[in-house]
Amino acid sequence: MSAGDGLEYVGASRIAGPIVAVERVREAGFDELVEIRDPSGLRRLGRVLEVSRESAVVQVLEGTDGLCGTTLRARFLGESLRIPVGEEMLGRVFDGLGRPADGGPPPFSGDRRDVNGAPINPVARRYPREFIQTGISAIDGMNSLVRGQKLPVFSGNGLPHDRVAAQLARQAKLPGEDGRFCVVFAAMGVKRDVADYFRRDFAGSGALSRTAMFLSLADAPGVERLLTPRAALTLAEHLAFDLGRHVLVILTDMTNYCESLREVGTARGEIPGRKGYPGYLYSDLASLYERAGRVEGSPGSITQTAILTMPSDDISHPVPDLTGYITEGQIVLDRGLFQRGVYPPIAGLPSLSRLMKDGVGEGYTREDHPALASQLFACYAYVKRVRALADIIGEEELSALDRRYLEFGEALERRFLSQGEREDRPIAATLDLGWEMLSMLPRDELRRVGAGLLDAHYGRKPGAPPAGEGKDGAA
Amino acid sequence: MTDRYAKGRVTAVSGPVVSADGMAGARMYEVVRVGGLGLVGEVVRQAGDSATVQVYEDTSMLRPGAPVELTGAPLSIWLGPGLIGNIFDGVQRPLPELKRLSGAWIRRGDRADPLDLSRRWDFEPLLKAGQEVSPGQVIGLVRETPLVTHKVMVPPDMKGTAVSAVPAGRYTLEDELAAVRTAGGTAPLRMLQKWPVRTPRPVRGRLRVSEPLVTGQRVIDSLFPLAKGGCACIPGGFGTGKTITQHQLAKWSDAAIVIFIGCGERGNEMTEVLREFPELKDPRSGRPLMERTILIANTSNMPVAAREISIYTGITMAEYYRDMGLDVAVFADSTSRWAEALREMAARLEEMPAEEGFPASLPSRLAQFYERGGAAIPLGGGKGSVSIVGAVSPPGGDFSEPVTQHTRRFTRVFWSLDTELANARHYPSINWLRSYSDYLDEVGESAEKTCPGWRGLRDGAVEALQREEHFRQVARLVGPDALPDGQRLHLFFGGLLRDGFLAQNAFDPEDSWCPPEKQGALLGLLMEFYRAAGELIAAGTPLSDVAALPCAAALVRAKTDLRGTAELAALRERMRRELASLGRAGRGEE
Repeated sequence: MSAGDGLEYVGASRIAGPIVAVERVREAGFDELVEIRDPSGLRRLGRVLEVSRESAVVQVLEGTDGLCGTTLRARFLGESLRIPVGEEMLGRVFDGLGRPADGGPPPFSGDRRDVNGAPINPVARRYPREFIQTGISAIDGMNSLVRGQKLPVFSGNGLPHDRVAAQLARQAKLPGEDGRFCVVFAAMGVKRDVADYFRRDFAGSGALSRTAMFLSLADAPGVERLLTPRAALTLAEHLAFDLGRHVLVILTDMTNYCESLREVGTARGEIPGRKGYPGYLYSDLASLYERAGRVEGSPGSITQTAILTMPSDDISHPVPDLTGYITEGQIVLDRGLFQRGVYPPIAGLPSLSRLMKDGVGEGYTREDHPALASQLFACYAYVKRVRALADIIGEEELSALDRRYLEFGEALERRFLSQGEREDRPIAATLDLGWEMLSMLPRDELRRVGAGLLDAHYGRKPGAPPAGEGKDGAA
Repeated sequence: MTDRYAKGRVTAVSGPVVSADGMAGARMYEVVRVGGLGLVGEVVRQAGDSATVQVYEDTSMLRPGAPVELTGAPLSIWLGPGLIGNIFDGVQRPLPELKRLSGAWIRRGDRADPLDLSRRWDFEPLLKAGQEVSPGQVIGLVRETPLVTHKVMVPPDMKGTAVSAVPAGRYTLEDELAAVRTAGGTAPLRMLQKWPVRTPRPVRGRLRVSEPLVTGQRVIDSLFPLAKGGCACIPGGFGTGKTITQHQLAKWSDAAIVIFIGCGERGNEMTEVLREFPELKDPRSGRPLMERTILIANTSNMPVAAREISIYTGITMAEYYRDMGLDVAVFADSTSRWAEALREMAARLEEMPAEEGFPASLPSRLAQFYERGGAAIPLGGGKGSVSIVGAVSPPGGDFSEPVTQHTRRFTRVFWSLDTELANARHYPSINWLRSYSDYLDEVGESAEKTCPGWRGLRDGAVEALQREEHFRQVARLVGPDALPDGQRLHLFFGGLLRDGFLAQNAFDPEDSWCPPEKQGALLGLLMEFYRAAGELIAAGTPLSDVAALPCAAALVRAKTDLRGTAELAALRERMRRELASLGRAGRGEE
């Protein structure tokens, strides 16, 4: 590593929040890494947010607590933040900046990567279309996940998003999968309990040795969180695209990340956008979320699940809103379902997987899958309308057909959406269950399904082999 | 002259905004090269001999003191054969070439010629030595793809007499095809032209739009049509199917050239287009769609300043093909990301913000962009058009935000995407009550030719949908069973129209593209059923009997089940028989 000009600058002209301004700096670069030392010898890392001939504005990643403007010493390190990457990092725990936090030695690796990564050339991407079976009916049946997709979980405080994410990490596999699967977990500003929950869960399922954890917990300085997902994704890129592993990246909780971004923006005196978040929140989030997918020339993949808690369950809050514009769909958890004891409480209608269309159907899951999913959505949407009507005129006043819809909706939530936390439903079982639900409605109501598929699946007794193809149904 | 190319020095760096001094002589929007890597930037502000530059690449590790070099030219793109079928980033770097040079990741400072200078094209000359040449005149033809005959034109600023001209043969983009004696001396004519992206290409005159842009999407063509040369706005919250709707339009529109600008959107979406378009066949010519398509990809994680310029890059290419007398359609997904790039740059330049942090120049920038659409007489004569469809991604799905509101002012078609419809997986989720098209009169004459009686059917359908909404509101309060049959018919028919006509499955090979003749026949059938059913119910037939007719179920599935007009005609006969027999039964005649 070249050590910049090797000069140490003493004192700062201004300290505000996580920001330190150093004057009369020679030869500092934008985004350069800075080492800040206080008289006790404690070292902190920072990076340059803005530089001019007169001064450099430095964001101190480990917070400015206890720093003194006249005694601090800053040294510019001549490069942007890099972390070592290597397969031996699996099974280890790191802090938010990618340094060992489990008492073990620093990873031995000659390969150090810039945490900012570089944009993938869209021409070099491989379009994701391998169906991943998660064993969760609400996802597999109606919002299928494919390898290389970025599918976040929109949740609220108190909802079981951690359990859903852990179940995903435990169960997600390609049918007939090998052992190239691994997990990179990044925690931003969550409590230690949450990190411990995931750790225990990974240990319980034997996945810990295939998991690298980057923890910037609630008690860590806020700005450190801005680097944590970047460090995690840098390792994930190495594992996926250099070593050909299939990586599941779990980022939790993105709301905390965005709040740190807002904190830095405010401290710099930037013009705030919606709800005080900086105007570049979209671009910044995109620089994380777009680091997922598959590229030509590598067998590996990065599948991303970012968890975020929507403040007051508001899906139009800037964080979920901008996330939804970047990610390829979203899994939305619903408080109403949760309160009625439905697990996983995955809301039927606002959840969406944009890549589903290319990863399901004939040759991927089963030929009836797309039509079935579309019909389930349409019928469930009608259920919501009937429920609203029943609230006003009373259930007794509903037509016989509408009452059948109510029964269908209840069954869908209780039997199709609901399942055990350890229950791993094969895709065939999910699809058959879906048909069982639809068969509660009159055949003429199923307008989204062609006659051929209706003949094969409508009204068939559960467990009986489907007309024409015995193999899938028997699984 | 030496002075103009004197080197400036970087004085400050803040993300994509770089300040430099020693920049005396720089012009606004002149291109500069910054730092050792020669990062591309544009001068956006000047004060004394210092200038502010917006840089189109990542500025990490750029330091004060680094050199800044003026190039003397505004940001221009290359125009010539080889654009079609290619994919470029926002500043026209060819992405396949970058991949060949540096692999799957885009590195800073990567350089490649936008068009292949070594490739030879078959050139068929139309110009002889001694002829007068005027701006826009076609001097020869190049078969760019089987779908596109590229006209090599005299640049808009050249006029004179050809002193030499080459015979037919194979030439590169830079070969001299003719020499022209102009007032300023002799100048060469080549296939390759350059044009500054922020300047609209001149035309001889503007024309009134008159032809519909046929998209094969029923709700658009039949209810809210766009004209060739018109501008449309598609606003929608996330998950409402903006991108799929844009892709559908880019696939099936009957434009000669399609330019798709992925502006600050997902990388995988561009990959999807790249994967699909070469495989999909144009329904009119049977050729792969890629042979008439240009893609501009500046995904959300690519540099934000290049996102700002990408829509100008796209529209300039569109104008170039319009000048050949072609109909060009531009799809920009999403203009909100472009506006956010403006906002981000303005904030870094410390401009005073107007609405929601956007710069005060947002409305005029939008107006300038959409004004580059239109039907026109090119300099070389004939008729060409540029249609623009801009997607808007309003935060929180709130259409009162500035980008949606201002875009609405400068476009005449509004396809409002609806979260509720999308949640029910009714696609395209274009809300028929909130959308409008202001081109109904202009395209009417032409539309009536393919579908006689179109305007009457269209107005009838929109009115029926409004009536449905009205009675739906009432039913929400009293329950549908409390309504008399005559009113419940509107609810029933609204459902028929939604499922049987408005909803269209982009992934069903039969339904993805619906020819205009079939749209007209289908809508005619549905409206006839509605009218006849109304008469029957007025005469005392219960709605349940009408709804139970086998033809009602067949009408819903006709869009996918029936192919030719003959099959639709057969359904019409069947429907008439069933309705008539129901009428006779009602009158006690059977």
